[in-house]
Amino acid sequence: MQLKDTSEQNTNSRVIASAYGLTKSFAGKKALDNIDLEVKSGQVLAILGANGAGKTTLINILLGRLNADSGDVSVFGVKAGSLQAKRQAGAMLQVANLPETLKIKEHIQLFQSYYPHPMNYQQVINYAGLQDMQDRYSKKLSGGEKQRLLFALSICGDPKLLFLDEPSVGMDVDARQGLWQAIRDLRAAGTGIVLTTHYLEEADNLADNIVLLKQGAIIRQGSSEEIKASINQTTIRFSSDKKLSEFKQLPAVIRVKSKGKFIQLQTEDVNQTLLALLSANPNLQNLSVFSAGLEEAFLQLNGGGK
Amino acid sequence: MKTITHTLPSKQNISNTHNVNRSQTIHSSQTMNNSQTMNIMQTLNIYRLESKFEWLKSIRNPAFALPAILFPALFYIFFGVLMNQHNPQAATYLLCTYGTFGVIGPALFSFGAGLAVERGQGWLDIKDASPMPASAQIVSRLLVSMAFSMMILISLGLVAFTMTSVSLTIVQVLTLSTLLVFGGLPFCLLGLILGLLLKAESAPAVVNLVYLPMSFLSGLWIPITMLPDFLQTLAEFLPPFHLSQLALKVVGLDVGGSVTKHLAILALFTVIFFVLAMLVSNKKTIR
Repeated sequence: MQLKDTSEQNTNSRVIASAYGLTKSFAGKKALDNIDLEVKSGQVLAILGANGAGKTTLINILLGRLNADSGDVSVFGVKAGSLQAKRQAGAMLQVANLPETLKIKEHIQLFQSYYPHPMNYQQVINYAGLQDMQDRYSKKLSGGEKQRLLFALSICGDPKLLFLDEPSVGMDVDARQGLWQAIRDLRAAGTGIVLTTHYLEEADNLADNIVLLKQGAIIRQGSSEEIKASINQTTIRFSSDKKLSEFKQLPAVIRVKSKGKFIQLQTEDVNQTLLALLSANPNLQNLSVFSAGLEEAFLQLNGGGK
Repeated sequence: MKTITHTLPSKQNISNTHNVNRSQTIHSSQTMNNSQTMNIMQTLNIYRLESKFEWLKSIRNPAFALPAILFPALFYIFFGVLMNQHNPQAATYLLCTYGTFGVIGPALFSFGAGLAVERGQGWLDIKDASPMPASAQIVSRLLVSMAFSMMILISLGLVAFTMTSVSLTIVQVLTLSTLLVFGGLPFCLLGLILGLLLKAESAPAVVNLVYLPMSFLSGLWIPITMLPDFLQTLAEFLPPFHLSQLALKVVGLDVGGSVTKHLAILALFTVIFFVLAMLVSNKKTIR
Protein backbone atom coordinates (compact mmCIF):
# COMPACT_ATOMS: atom_id res chain seq x y z
CA MET A 1 0.00 0.00 0.00
CA GLN A 2 2.67 2.46 1.03
CA LEU A 3 4.82 1.47 -1.92
CA LYS A 4 2.03 1.92 -4.38
CA ASP A 5 1.26 5.37 -3.01
CA THR A 6 4.86 6.41 -3.35
CA SER A 7 5.00 5.39 -6.98
CA GLU A 8 1.84 7.35 -7.71
CA GLN A 9 3.07 10.53 -6.15
CA ASN A 10 6.32 10.38 -8.03
CA THR A 11 4.78 10.12 -11.45
CA ASN A 12 1.91 12.50 -11.10
CA SER A 13 2.49 15.37 -8.73
CA ARG A 14 3.37 18.99 -9.04
CA VAL A 15 3.32 21.85 -6.58
CA ILE A 16 -0.08 23.54 -6.66
CA ALA A 17 0.21 25.70 -3.57
CA SER A 18 3.20 26.89 -1.62
CA ALA A 19 4.21 29.09 1.25
CA TYR A 20 7.77 30.19 1.86
CA GLY A 21 9.05 32.09 4.87
CA LEU A 22 5.54 32.59 6.18
CA THR A 23 5.24 34.61 9.37
CA LYS A 24 2.14 35.89 11.08
CA SER A 25 1.66 37.53 14.45
CA PHE A 26 -1.48 38.43 16.35
CA ALA A 27 -1.05 41.33 18.74
CA GLY A 28 2.69 40.82 18.90
CA LYS A 29 2.44 37.09 19.54
CA LYS A 30 3.84 34.87 16.81
CA ALA A 31 1.19 32.53 15.44
CA LEU A 32 3.30 31.29 12.53
CA ASP A 33 7.06 31.49 12.40
CA ASN A 34 8.94 31.12 9.13
CA ILE A 35 6.82 28.34 7.65
CA ASP A 36 7.86 26.67 4.39
CA LEU A 37 5.55 24.18 2.83
CA GLU A 38 4.39 22.87 -0.51
CA VAL A 39 1.12 21.22 -1.42
CA LYS A 40 1.38 18.80 -4.31
CA SER A 41 -1.32 17.49 -6.57
CA GLY A 42 -2.35 13.92 -5.86
CA GLN A 43 -0.97 14.07 -2.34
CA VAL A 44 -2.35 14.50 1.14
CA LEU A 45 -0.46 16.93 3.34
CA ALA A 46 -1.44 16.60 6.99
CA ILE A 47 -0.84 19.45 9.39
CA LEU A 48 -0.64 18.22 12.96
CA GLY A 49 -0.29 20.19 16.11
CA ALA A 50 -1.88 20.95 19.44
CA ASN A 51 -4.61 23.56 19.78
CA GLY A 52 -3.11 26.96 19.17
CA ALA A 53 -0.17 25.57 17.20
CA GLY A 54 -1.22 27.62 14.19
CA LYS A 55 -3.04 25.05 12.02
CA THR A 56 -6.14 27.12 11.39
CA THR A 57 -4.13 30.31 10.88
CA LEU A 58 -2.06 28.51 8.26
CA ILE A 59 -5.16 27.25 6.44
CA ASN A 60 -6.75 30.69 6.53
CA ILE A 61 -3.63 32.20 4.97
CA LEU A 62 -3.60 29.58 2.22
CA LEU A 63 -7.28 30.36 1.63
CA GLY A 64 -6.46 34.06 1.44
CA ARG A 65 -8.76 34.84 4.34
CA LEU A 66 -5.84 36.15 6.37
CA ASN A 67 -2.84 38.10 5.18
CA ALA A 68 0.60 36.95 6.28
CA ASP A 69 2.94 39.53 7.80
CA SER A 70 5.72 38.32 5.56
CA GLY A 71 6.49 35.45 3.22
CA ASP A 72 5.38 34.30 -0.21
CA VAL A 73 2.11 32.49 -0.61
CA SER A 74 1.04 31.20 -3.98
CA VAL A 75 -1.94 29.06 -4.95
CA PHE A 76 -2.07 27.82 -8.55
CA GLY A 77 0.50 30.51 -9.30
CA VAL A 78 -1.88 33.28 -8.29
CA LYS A 79 -2.68 35.14 -5.09
CA ALA A 80 -4.28 33.06 -2.34
CA GLY A 81 -7.94 33.96 -2.04
CA SER A 82 -8.17 35.36 -5.56
CA LEU A 83 -11.20 34.34 -7.55
CA GLN A 84 -9.09 32.16 -9.78
CA ALA A 85 -7.61 30.32 -6.82
CA LYS A 86 -11.00 29.93 -5.15
CA ARG A 87 -12.56 28.45 -8.26
CA GLN A 88 -10.04 25.62 -8.28
CA ALA A 89 -10.15 24.95 -4.56
CA GLY A 90 -12.57 23.72 -1.94
CA ALA A 91 -12.60 24.20 1.79
CA MET A 92 -14.19 22.35 4.65
CA LEU A 93 -13.87 24.56 7.69
CA GLN A 94 -15.11 24.08 11.21
CA VAL A 95 -18.68 25.28 11.31
CA ALA A 96 -21.02 25.17 14.28
CA ASN A 97 -24.15 25.00 12.16
CA LEU A 98 -25.55 25.42 8.66
CA PRO A 99 -28.68 27.28 7.64
CA GLU A 100 -31.22 24.83 8.96
CA THR A 101 -34.12 25.23 6.59
CA LEU A 102 -32.38 24.14 3.42
CA LYS A 103 -32.22 20.56 2.20
CA ILE A 104 -28.98 18.77 1.55
CA LYS A 105 -29.55 18.73 -2.19
CA GLU A 106 -30.30 22.45 -2.20
CA HIS A 107 -27.10 23.27 -0.37
CA ILE A 108 -25.20 21.24 -2.93
CA GLN A 109 -26.98 22.74 -5.95
CA LEU A 110 -26.18 26.21 -4.66
CA PHE A 111 -22.50 25.52 -4.15
CA GLN A 112 -22.24 23.85 -7.53
CA SER A 113 -23.42 27.09 -9.11
CA TYR A 114 -20.41 28.96 -7.69
CA TYR A 115 -17.93 27.06 -9.88
CA PRO A 116 -17.25 27.17 -13.60
CA HIS A 117 -16.75 23.39 -13.79
CA PRO A 118 -18.70 21.88 -10.91
CA MET A 119 -18.45 18.24 -9.99
CA ASN A 120 -21.38 16.15 -11.14
CA TYR A 121 -24.16 16.19 -8.52
CA GLN A 122 -24.38 12.41 -8.18
CA GLN A 123 -20.64 12.17 -7.81
CA VAL A 124 -20.68 14.72 -4.97
CA ILE A 125 -23.42 12.74 -3.24
CA ASN A 126 -21.52 9.49 -3.68
CA TYR A 127 -18.21 10.83 -2.43
CA ALA A 128 -19.88 12.25 0.68
CA GLY A 129 -22.09 9.22 1.27
CA LEU A 130 -25.30 11.26 1.31
CA GLN A 131 -27.36 9.05 -1.03
CA ASP A 132 -30.08 8.36 1.52
CA MET A 133 -30.58 11.86 2.85
CA GLN A 134 -30.69 14.22 -0.11
CA ASP A 135 -34.11 15.58 0.91
CA ARG A 136 -33.28 15.98 4.59
CA TYR A 137 -33.16 19.46 6.08
CA SER A 138 -29.79 20.34 7.52
CA LYS A 139 -31.59 20.99 10.82
CA LYS A 140 -32.18 17.26 11.22
CA LEU A 141 -28.59 16.15 10.71
CA SER A 142 -26.35 14.68 13.37
CA GLY A 143 -22.89 16.09 13.91
CA GLY A 144 -21.30 13.47 11.68
CA GLU A 145 -23.90 13.97 8.95
CA LYS A 146 -23.28 17.70 9.02
CA GLN A 147 -19.60 17.03 8.51
CA ARG A 148 -20.46 14.88 5.48
CA LEU A 149 -22.55 17.69 4.05
CA LEU A 150 -19.72 20.17 4.63
CA PHE A 151 -17.38 17.75 2.92
CA ALA A 152 -19.83 17.56 0.00
CA LEU A 153 -19.88 21.34 -0.27
CA SER A 154 -16.10 21.47 -0.27
CA ILE A 155 -15.87 19.22 -3.33
CA CYS A 156 -18.74 20.79 -5.32
CA GLY A 157 -16.24 22.63 -7.52
CA ASP A 158 -14.33 19.46 -8.40
CA PRO A 159 -11.35 21.05 -6.66
CA LYS A 160 -7.74 20.50 -7.58
CA LEU A 161 -6.86 21.70 -4.10
CA LEU A 162 -8.92 20.75 -1.09
CA PHE A 163 -8.62 22.06 2.47
CA LEU A 164 -10.06 19.85 5.19
CA ASP A 165 -9.98 21.34 8.68
CA GLU A 166 -10.69 18.58 11.21
CA PRO A 167 -12.99 16.76 8.78
CA SER A 168 -13.88 13.70 10.83
CA VAL A 169 -14.97 15.45 14.03
CA GLY A 170 -18.18 13.88 15.28
CA MET A 171 -18.18 11.07 12.71
CA ASP A 172 -18.81 7.48 13.68
CA VAL A 173 -16.46 4.72 12.53
CA ASP A 174 -18.37 3.95 9.31
CA ALA A 175 -18.65 7.56 8.29
CA ARG A 176 -14.99 8.10 9.00
CA GLN A 177 -14.03 5.13 6.86
CA GLY A 178 -16.22 6.51 4.09
CA LEU A 179 -14.57 9.91 4.36
CA TRP A 180 -11.12 8.36 4.27
CA GLN A 181 -12.04 6.39 1.16
CA ALA A 182 -13.35 9.56 -0.49
CA ILE A 183 -10.12 11.36 0.37
CA ARG A 184 -8.10 8.50 -1.13
CA ASP A 185 -10.23 8.54 -4.28
CA LEU A 186 -9.86 12.29 -4.69
CA ARG A 187 -6.14 12.00 -4.16
CA ALA A 188 -5.94 9.24 -6.76
CA ALA A 189 -7.83 11.55 -9.10
CA GLY A 190 -5.09 14.14 -8.69
CA THR A 191 -6.49 16.46 -6.02
CA GLY A 192 -3.97 17.93 -3.63
CA ILE A 193 -5.35 17.81 -0.10
CA VAL A 194 -4.39 19.77 3.00
CA LEU A 195 -5.71 18.08 6.10
CA THR A 196 -5.57 19.23 9.68
CA THR A 197 -6.53 16.74 12.29
CA HIS A 198 -6.26 15.92 15.96
CA TYR A 199 -6.79 12.35 15.06
CA LEU A 200 -3.36 10.87 14.50
CA GLU A 201 -4.66 7.66 13.02
CA GLU A 202 -6.24 9.77 10.30
CA ALA A 203 -2.92 11.36 9.39
CA ASP A 204 -1.17 8.02 9.62
CA ASN A 205 -3.70 6.46 7.26
CA LEU A 206 -3.98 9.19 4.70
CA ALA A 207 -1.04 11.52 4.65
CA ASP A 208 1.78 11.35 2.14
CA ASN A 209 3.49 14.11 3.99
CA ILE A 210 3.08 15.33 7.55
CA VAL A 211 3.95 18.72 8.93
CA LEU A 212 4.24 18.93 12.69
CA LEU A 213 3.49 22.40 13.99
CA LYS A 214 4.40 23.58 17.42
CA GLN A 215 3.83 27.14 18.59
CA GLY A 216 3.72 28.30 15.01
CA ALA A 217 6.90 26.63 13.83
CA ILE A 218 7.43 23.43 11.87
CA ILE A 219 9.28 21.08 14.17
CA ARG A 220 9.23 18.05 11.88
CA GLN A 221 8.21 17.33 8.32
CA GLY A 222 8.15 14.08 6.40
CA SER A 223 6.16 10.94 5.72
CA SER A 224 4.49 9.17 8.59
CA GLU A 225 7.22 6.51 8.41
CA GLU A 226 9.97 9.08 8.51
CA ILE A 227 8.47 10.84 11.50
CA LYS A 228 8.04 7.60 13.39
CA ALA A 229 11.59 6.60 12.54
CA SER A 230 12.93 9.95 13.65
CA ILE A 231 12.32 9.11 17.26
CA ASN A 232 14.20 6.32 18.88
CA GLN A 233 11.35 5.01 20.96
CA THR A 234 9.95 1.58 21.44
CA THR A 235 6.70 0.52 23.01
CA ILE A 236 6.61 -2.44 25.39
CA ARG A 237 3.18 -3.78 26.20
CA PHE A 238 2.14 -6.42 28.70
CA SER A 239 -0.49 -7.17 31.26
CA SER A 240 0.23 -7.04 34.94
CA ASP A 241 -1.59 -6.64 38.25
CA LYS A 242 1.04 -4.28 39.58
CA LYS A 243 0.54 -0.57 39.80
CA LEU A 244 1.62 1.72 36.99
CA SER A 245 3.99 3.62 39.21
CA GLU A 246 6.12 0.51 39.81
CA PHE A 247 7.21 0.54 36.18
CA LYS A 248 8.19 4.17 36.14
CA GLN A 249 11.48 3.45 37.90
CA LEU A 250 12.67 1.03 35.23
CA PRO A 251 15.71 2.27 33.31
CA ALA A 252 15.20 4.25 30.07
CA VAL A 253 11.42 4.44 30.51
CA ILE A 254 9.96 7.75 29.38
CA ARG A 255 6.26 7.22 29.83
CA VAL A 256 3.93 4.70 31.39
CA LYS A 257 0.25 4.41 30.69
CA SER A 258 -2.50 1.85 30.93
CA LYS A 259 -4.25 0.95 27.74
CA GLY A 260 -7.28 -1.25 28.31
CA LYS A 261 -6.09 -4.21 30.33
CA PHE A 262 -2.53 -3.63 29.20
CA ILE A 263 0.26 -1.53 30.55
CA GLN A 264 2.32 0.29 27.99
CA LEU A 265 5.86 1.60 28.43
CA GLN A 266 7.74 3.95 26.17
CA THR A 267 11.45 3.37 26.28
CA GLU A 268 14.50 4.91 24.74
CA ASP A 269 16.54 1.76 25.21
CA VAL A 270 14.51 -1.35 24.70
CA ASN A 271 17.22 -3.82 25.76
CA GLN A 272 17.93 -2.10 29.04
CA THR A 273 14.27 -1.74 29.95
CA LEU A 274 13.33 -5.27 28.95
CA LEU A 275 16.16 -6.76 30.92
CA ALA A 276 15.14 -4.95 34.06
CA LEU A 277 11.45 -5.54 33.46
CA LEU A 278 11.82 -9.29 32.99
CA SER A 279 14.18 -9.81 35.87
CA ALA A 280 11.74 -8.07 38.19
CA ASN A 281 8.69 -9.78 36.67
CA PRO A 282 9.71 -13.15 35.27
CA ASN A 283 6.12 -14.22 34.67
CA LEU A 284 4.98 -11.28 32.61
CA GLN A 285 1.85 -11.97 30.53
CA ASN A 286 1.10 -10.99 26.93
CA LEU A 287 4.41 -9.27 26.34
CA SER A 288 4.86 -7.55 23.04
CA VAL A 289 7.42 -5.06 21.78
CA PHE A 290 6.91 -2.76 18.83
CA SER A 291 8.34 0.45 17.49
CA ALA A 292 6.59 3.66 18.39
CA GLY A 293 3.55 4.83 16.46
CA LEU A 294 2.76 8.27 15.18
CA GLU A 295 1.07 9.14 18.43
CA GLU A 296 4.22 8.44 20.44
CA ALA A 297 6.27 10.38 17.93
CA PHE A 298 3.83 13.24 18.15
CA LEU A 299 3.91 13.26 21.93
CA GLN A 300 7.67 13.15 22.08
CA LEU A 301 8.26 15.80 19.44
CA ASN A 302 5.52 18.02 20.68
CA GLY A 303 6.35 17.62 24.35
CA GLY A 304 10.08 18.28 24.16
CA GLY A 305 11.44 21.65 25.18
CA LYS A 306 8.25 22.95 26.69
CA MET B 1 3.00 29.90 -12.38
CA LYS B 2 5.47 27.13 -11.85
CA THR B 3 6.28 24.98 -14.83
CA ILE B 4 3.95 22.07 -15.00
CA THR B 5 5.75 18.81 -15.36
CA HIS B 6 3.11 16.47 -16.50
CA THR B 7 3.87 12.84 -17.09
CA LEU B 8 1.52 10.12 -18.12
CA PRO B 9 -0.37 8.47 -15.31
CA SER B 10 1.02 5.15 -14.25
CA LYS B 11 -0.58 1.94 -15.46
CA GLN B 12 -2.64 1.51 -12.29
CA ASN B 13 -4.16 4.90 -12.78
CA ILE B 14 -5.27 4.41 -16.34
CA SER B 15 -7.87 1.92 -15.17
CA ASN B 16 -9.35 4.72 -13.12
CA THR B 17 -11.48 6.76 -15.49
CA HIS B 18 -11.75 9.68 -13.14
CA ASN B 19 -8.03 9.95 -12.96
CA VAL B 20 -7.68 10.00 -16.72
CA ASN B 21 -10.11 12.86 -16.91
CA ARG B 22 -8.19 14.69 -14.28
CA SER B 23 -4.84 14.33 -15.92
CA GLN B 24 -6.33 15.78 -19.08
CA THR B 25 -7.53 18.72 -17.04
CA ILE B 26 -4.11 19.29 -15.58
CA HIS B 27 -2.60 18.99 -19.01
CA SER B 28 -4.91 21.51 -20.56
CA SER B 29 -4.54 23.92 -17.65
CA GLN B 30 -1.21 24.92 -19.12
CA THR B 31 -3.15 26.89 -21.67
CA MET B 32 -6.50 27.27 -20.02
CA ASN B 33 -6.30 29.73 -17.17
CA ASN B 34 -9.09 31.55 -18.95
CA SER B 35 -11.40 28.56 -18.57
CA GLN B 36 -11.62 29.41 -14.86
CA THR B 37 -13.91 32.22 -15.94
CA MET B 38 -17.68 32.01 -15.93
CA ASN B 39 -19.99 33.22 -18.62
CA ILE B 40 -22.81 35.66 -17.94
CA MET B 41 -25.44 32.94 -17.72
CA GLN B 42 -23.44 31.04 -15.11
CA THR B 43 -22.97 34.22 -13.10
CA LEU B 44 -26.65 35.12 -13.28
CA ASN B 45 -27.44 31.58 -12.21
CA ILE B 46 -25.53 32.15 -8.95
CA TYR B 47 -27.71 35.16 -8.18
CA ARG B 48 -30.86 33.28 -9.18
CA LEU B 49 -30.11 30.26 -6.98
CA GLU B 50 -28.79 32.33 -4.10
CA SER B 51 -32.05 34.34 -4.11
CA LYS B 52 -34.23 31.27 -4.56
CA PHE B 53 -32.63 29.45 -1.64
CA GLU B 54 -32.50 32.58 0.51
CA TRP B 55 -36.25 32.82 -0.10
CA LEU B 56 -36.88 29.16 0.74
CA LYS B 57 -34.66 29.44 3.79
CA SER B 58 -36.68 32.41 5.10
CA ILE B 59 -40.17 31.24 4.22
CA ARG B 60 -39.52 27.82 5.78
CA ASN B 61 -38.45 29.44 9.02
CA PRO B 62 -41.70 30.12 10.87
CA ALA B 63 -39.96 32.10 13.60
CA PHE B 64 -39.01 34.63 10.93
CA ALA B 65 -41.77 34.38 8.34
CA LEU B 66 -44.86 34.38 10.57
CA PRO B 67 -44.15 37.43 12.72
CA ALA B 68 -42.78 39.33 9.73
CA ILE B 69 -45.96 38.83 7.71
CA LEU B 70 -48.60 38.67 10.44
CA PHE B 71 -47.54 41.30 12.96
CA PRO B 72 -48.15 44.36 10.80
CA ALA B 73 -51.57 43.01 9.77
CA LEU B 74 -52.49 42.15 13.38
CA PHE B 75 -51.37 45.56 14.60
CA TYR B 76 -53.37 47.15 11.85
CA ILE B 77 -56.48 45.13 12.70
CA PHE B 78 -56.13 46.15 16.32
CA PHE B 79 -55.37 49.87 15.92
CA GLY B 80 -56.77 50.57 12.48
CA VAL B 81 -59.96 48.50 12.62
CA LEU B 82 -61.02 47.61 16.17
CA MET B 83 -59.85 50.70 18.06
CA ASN B 84 -60.95 53.02 15.30
CA GLN B 85 -64.69 53.52 14.99
CA HIS B 86 -64.97 53.17 11.22
CA ASN B 87 -63.16 56.39 10.53
CA PRO B 88 -61.94 55.94 6.95
CA GLN B 89 -59.37 58.70 7.27
CA ALA B 90 -57.74 57.15 10.33
CA ALA B 91 -57.82 53.73 8.66
CA THR B 92 -56.09 55.18 5.59
CA TYR B 93 -53.53 56.97 7.73
CA LEU B 94 -52.68 53.84 9.71
CA LEU B 95 -52.54 51.73 6.54
CA CYS B 96 -49.65 53.93 5.40
CA THR B 97 -47.82 53.89 8.72
CA TYR B 98 -48.25 50.16 9.33
CA GLY B 99 -47.15 49.59 5.75
CA THR B 100 -43.97 51.48 6.61
CA PHE B 101 -43.63 49.51 9.84
CA GLY B 102 -44.13 46.27 7.89
CA VAL B 103 -41.43 46.77 5.26
CA ILE B 104 -38.80 47.79 7.82
CA GLY B 105 -39.18 44.48 9.69
CA PRO B 106 -37.89 42.00 7.11
CA ALA B 107 -35.20 44.47 6.06
CA LEU B 108 -33.80 44.68 9.58
CA PHE B 109 -34.32 41.04 10.45
CA SER B 110 -33.15 39.33 7.26
CA PHE B 111 -29.98 41.37 7.19
CA GLY B 112 -29.53 42.04 10.89
CA ALA B 113 -30.51 38.91 12.72
CA GLY B 114 -30.14 36.49 9.79
CA LEU B 115 -26.63 37.58 8.93
CA ALA B 116 -25.48 37.72 12.54
CA VAL B 117 -26.67 34.18 13.18
CA GLU B 118 -25.00 32.75 10.07
CA ARG B 119 -21.84 34.67 10.82
CA GLY B 120 -21.82 33.36 14.38
CA GLN B 121 -22.17 29.79 13.18
CA GLY B 122 -19.10 30.15 10.99
CA TRP B 123 -21.28 29.55 7.94
CA LEU B 124 -20.20 32.81 6.33
CA ASP B 125 -16.59 31.61 6.55
CA ILE B 126 -17.51 28.74 4.24
CA LYS B 127 -19.19 31.14 1.83
CA ASP B 128 -16.20 33.45 2.08
CA ALA B 129 -13.81 30.64 1.17
CA SER B 130 -15.99 29.69 -1.80
CA PRO B 131 -15.90 31.63 -5.06
CA MET B 132 -19.40 33.02 -4.47
CA PRO B 133 -19.43 36.73 -5.32
CA ALA B 134 -19.93 38.63 -2.06
CA SER B 135 -22.64 40.72 -3.70
CA ALA B 136 -24.77 37.60 -4.31
CA GLN B 137 -25.35 37.39 -0.59
CA ILE B 138 -26.45 41.04 -0.42
CA VAL B 139 -28.57 40.98 -3.57
CA SER B 140 -30.38 37.81 -2.54
CA ARG B 141 -31.25 39.18 0.88
CA LEU B 142 -32.36 42.43 -0.69
CA LEU B 143 -34.72 40.63 -3.06
CA VAL B 144 -36.07 38.43 -0.29
CA SER B 145 -36.72 41.48 1.90
CA MET B 146 -38.60 43.06 -0.97
CA ALA B 147 -40.63 39.92 -1.55
CA PHE B 148 -41.57 39.87 2.13
CA SER B 149 -42.44 43.55 1.92
CA MET B 150 -44.85 42.79 -0.90
CA MET B 151 -46.49 39.99 1.05
CA ILE B 152 -46.87 42.29 4.04
CA LEU B 153 -48.40 45.02 1.89
CA ILE B 154 -50.80 42.52 0.32
CA SER B 155 -51.88 41.26 3.75
CA LEU B 156 -52.41 44.85 4.93
CA GLY B 157 -54.29 45.63 1.73
CA LEU B 158 -56.58 42.65 2.28
CA VAL B 159 -57.37 43.78 5.82
CA ALA B 160 -58.01 47.34 4.65
CA PHE B 161 -60.16 46.19 1.75
CA THR B 162 -62.31 43.76 3.73
CA MET B 163 -62.56 45.34 7.18
CA THR B 164 -62.36 49.09 6.67
CA SER B 165 -63.84 51.65 4.34
CA VAL B 166 -60.46 52.79 3.02
CA SER B 167 -60.75 53.72 -0.63
CA LEU B 168 -57.68 54.26 -2.74
CA THR B 169 -57.25 54.71 -6.47
CA ILE B 170 -55.20 52.20 -8.44
CA VAL B 171 -52.53 54.84 -8.93
CA GLN B 172 -52.36 55.47 -5.19
CA VAL B 173 -52.07 51.73 -4.49
CA LEU B 174 -49.28 51.31 -7.02
CA THR B 175 -47.42 54.42 -5.89
CA LEU B 176 -47.65 53.40 -2.24
CA SER B 177 -46.51 49.85 -2.92
CA THR B 178 -43.56 50.91 -5.04
CA LEU B 179 -42.54 53.56 -2.55
CA LEU B 180 -42.66 51.22 0.42
CA VAL B 181 -41.00 48.23 -1.27
CA PHE B 182 -38.05 50.37 -2.37
CA GLY B 183 -38.20 52.42 0.80
CA GLY B 184 -36.93 49.36 2.66
CA LEU B 185 -33.47 49.84 1.13
CA PRO B 186 -31.91 52.12 3.79
CA PHE B 187 -33.20 49.73 6.45
CA CYS B 188 -31.56 46.80 4.67
CA LEU B 189 -28.28 48.68 4.97
CA LEU B 190 -28.95 49.45 8.63
CA GLY B 191 -29.68 45.73 9.09
CA LEU B 192 -26.42 44.90 7.32
CA ILE B 193 -24.47 47.04 9.79
CA LEU B 194 -26.21 45.36 12.73
CA GLY B 195 -25.69 41.92 11.17
CA LEU B 196 -21.96 42.53 10.87
CA LEU B 197 -21.60 43.92 14.37
CA LEU B 198 -23.93 41.90 16.55
CA LYS B 199 -23.35 38.58 18.23
CA ALA B 200 -25.64 35.79 17.05
CA GLU B 201 -27.29 35.19 20.42
CA SER B 202 -28.17 38.80 21.08
CA ALA B 203 -28.91 39.88 17.49
CA PRO B 204 -32.70 39.26 17.41
CA ALA B 205 -33.18 41.07 20.71
CA VAL B 206 -31.02 44.03 19.72
CA VAL B 207 -32.71 44.30 16.33
CA ASN B 208 -36.08 44.45 18.09
CA LEU B 209 -34.67 47.08 20.41
CA VAL B 210 -33.83 49.19 17.39
CA TYR B 211 -36.93 48.32 15.38
CA LEU B 212 -39.77 48.77 17.85
CA PRO B 213 -38.79 52.03 19.59
CA MET B 214 -37.69 53.57 16.30
CA SER B 215 -41.05 52.68 14.77
CA PHE B 216 -43.00 54.07 17.70
CA LEU B 217 -40.99 57.29 17.83
CA SER B 218 -41.41 57.77 14.09
CA GLY B 219 -45.17 57.73 14.51
CA LEU B 220 -45.77 54.39 12.85
CA TRP B 221 -47.95 52.94 15.60
CA ILE B 222 -49.93 55.98 16.63
CA PRO B 223 -50.02 59.15 14.53
CA ILE B 224 -47.02 61.42 15.01
CA THR B 225 -49.29 64.38 15.80
CA MET B 226 -50.51 62.59 18.92
CA LEU B 227 -46.96 62.43 20.32
CA PRO B 228 -45.56 65.19 22.57
CA ASP B 229 -43.80 68.08 20.81
CA PHE B 230 -40.26 67.08 21.71
CA LEU B 231 -40.85 63.60 20.32
CA GLN B 232 -42.20 65.11 17.12
CA THR B 233 -38.95 67.05 16.81
CA LEU B 234 -36.91 63.92 17.52
CA ALA B 235 -38.79 62.07 14.78
CA GLU B 236 -37.20 64.37 12.19
CA PHE B 237 -33.94 62.50 12.87
CA LEU B 238 -35.42 59.04 12.33
CA PRO B 239 -35.55 57.58 8.81
CA PRO B 240 -38.87 55.70 9.24
CA PHE B 241 -40.59 59.03 9.92
CA HIS B 242 -39.56 60.34 6.52
CA LEU B 243 -40.59 57.17 4.71
CA SER B 244 -43.98 57.23 6.42
CA GLN B 245 -44.43 60.90 5.54
CA LEU B 246 -43.79 60.10 1.88
CA ALA B 247 -46.38 57.32 2.10
CA LEU B 248 -48.87 59.64 3.79
CA LYS B 249 -48.23 62.22 1.09
CA VAL B 250 -49.68 59.77 -1.44
CA VAL B 251 -53.02 59.87 0.41
CA GLY B 252 -52.75 63.52 1.38
CA LEU B 253 -52.45 62.94 5.14
CA ASP B 254 -48.83 63.95 5.81
CA VAL B 255 -47.76 66.72 8.19
CA GLY B 256 -46.65 68.95 5.33
CA GLY B 257 -42.91 68.48 4.72
CA SER B 258 -41.81 68.64 1.10
CA VAL B 259 -41.25 65.45 -0.90
CA THR B 260 -37.76 66.65 -1.78
CA LYS B 261 -36.85 67.09 1.86
CA HIS B 262 -38.03 63.59 2.84
CA LEU B 263 -36.34 62.00 -0.17
CA ALA B 264 -33.11 63.92 0.48
CA ILE B 265 -33.04 62.87 4.13
CA LEU B 266 -33.73 59.23 3.24
CA ALA B 267 -30.99 59.39 0.60
CA LEU B 268 -28.62 60.86 3.18
CA PHE B 269 -29.37 58.05 5.62
CA THR B 270 -28.87 55.52 2.81
CA VAL B 271 -25.42 56.96 2.06
CA ILE B 272 -24.47 57.08 5.74
CA PHE B 273 -25.60 53.48 6.30
CA PHE B 274 -23.83 52.36 3.13
CA VAL B 275 -20.54 53.94 4.16
CA LEU B 276 -20.82 52.55 7.69
CA ALA B 277 -21.63 49.09 6.33
CA MET B 278 -18.55 49.21 4.09
CA LEU B 279 -16.36 50.35 6.98
CA VAL B 280 -17.63 47.63 9.28
CA SER B 281 -17.33 45.00 6.59
CA ASN B 282 -13.73 45.97 5.78
CA LYS B 283 -12.84 45.92 9.42
CA LYS B 284 -14.30 42.45 9.75
CA THR B 285 -12.53 40.94 6.78
CA ILE B 286 -9.04 42.47 6.86
CA ARG B 287 -7.27 40.97 9.80
